[in-house]
Amino acid sequence: MESAEVDQLIERAKAGDHLAFEDLVRQSYADTYTLAYRLVGDEEDARDVVQETYLRAHKGLKRFRGDAQFSTWLHRITANCANTYLGRRRRHDHEPLPDDPGIADLHPQRDPEQRAGIGDLRDQLTEALLALPPKLRAVVVLRDIYDLPHESIAEQLGITESAAKVRLHRARKRLRERLYPLGEEEQARAV
Amino acid sequence: MQCETISLQLAEIADGLNQLSSDAERHVDACLRCQAELAQYRKLLRALTSLRGQFLVPDDRLLEDILAVLRPPATVHRLHGRNRRAAYIGGIAAAATASAAGALVIAAKLANQRQSMAG
Repeated sequence: MESAEVDQLIERAKAGDHLAFEDLVRQSYADTYTLAYRLVGDEEDARDVVQETYLRAHKGLKRFRGDAQFSTWLHRITANCANTYLGRRRRHDHEPLPDDPGIADLHPQRDPEQRAGIGDLRDQLTEALLALPPKLRAVVVLRDIYDLPHESIAEQLGITESAAKVRLHRARKRLRERLYPLGEEEQARAV
Repeated sequence: MQCETISLQLAEIADGLNQLSSDAERHVDACLRCQAELAQYRKLLRALTSLRGQFLVPDDRLLEDILAVLRPPATVHRLHGRNRRAAYIGGIAAAATASAAGALVIAAKLANQRQSMAG
């Protein structure tokens, strides 16, 4: 969606145009759902998080000043809602791998060489992410996929910035170890 | 310096925002294992970034559910589909019936007035 179009919809929605906000929802809900799913790792839970996200966004829209993109603002709310949801859910660190809900690539034309090289890796990565403990997963998803700054991640997750960084490095390490397990020879050398 | 001590630092510097200490850098320059690990981190980060362009496809029900919770209170219990159509038709029929009944009452009153004036 074009930025100018989004800005217009936001202004209309702020002025009380309900249909404008509905348009914003239509344009963004797949993205919001994707992030929610990546954070909570469950389709039904992700749906709840998305609904809560838009409720909060609707209530707080007048406070949106446009300093960040609308999508980034929504990502922050989604992260906060997912964190609250996960806190309530109190699941074990390792969650079962859910069924693949189906993935669509919105930019199939982008970076064809890179895509060819990492296509399989992406599938494995999606599984590896879901296998991470939620606390580690949240940080790596928000930082390395959605490019949120550490400060914002810490704020949304209710942790310190240094804790966010430590979690990020641990998450990256776990992902790497899962995706690139050491060969026997290397393991022997590592002991 | 041991590879194990440096491992978490490699995870930290892979995105290029931070740098290794000079000791660690000297170690990595001379250690094939750490170089391989760093290359894996960079590949991992590229793959993570590429996930940004992937969207899961939620079913249509999700959009309806979101819009339903957002509707203003007065319209939250609005009827949908066939029920809504039936309600609209019923409302129009009721309004038409009421108008017809009103017209009959007025006509009857006018007729009574004419009769009494003639009498």
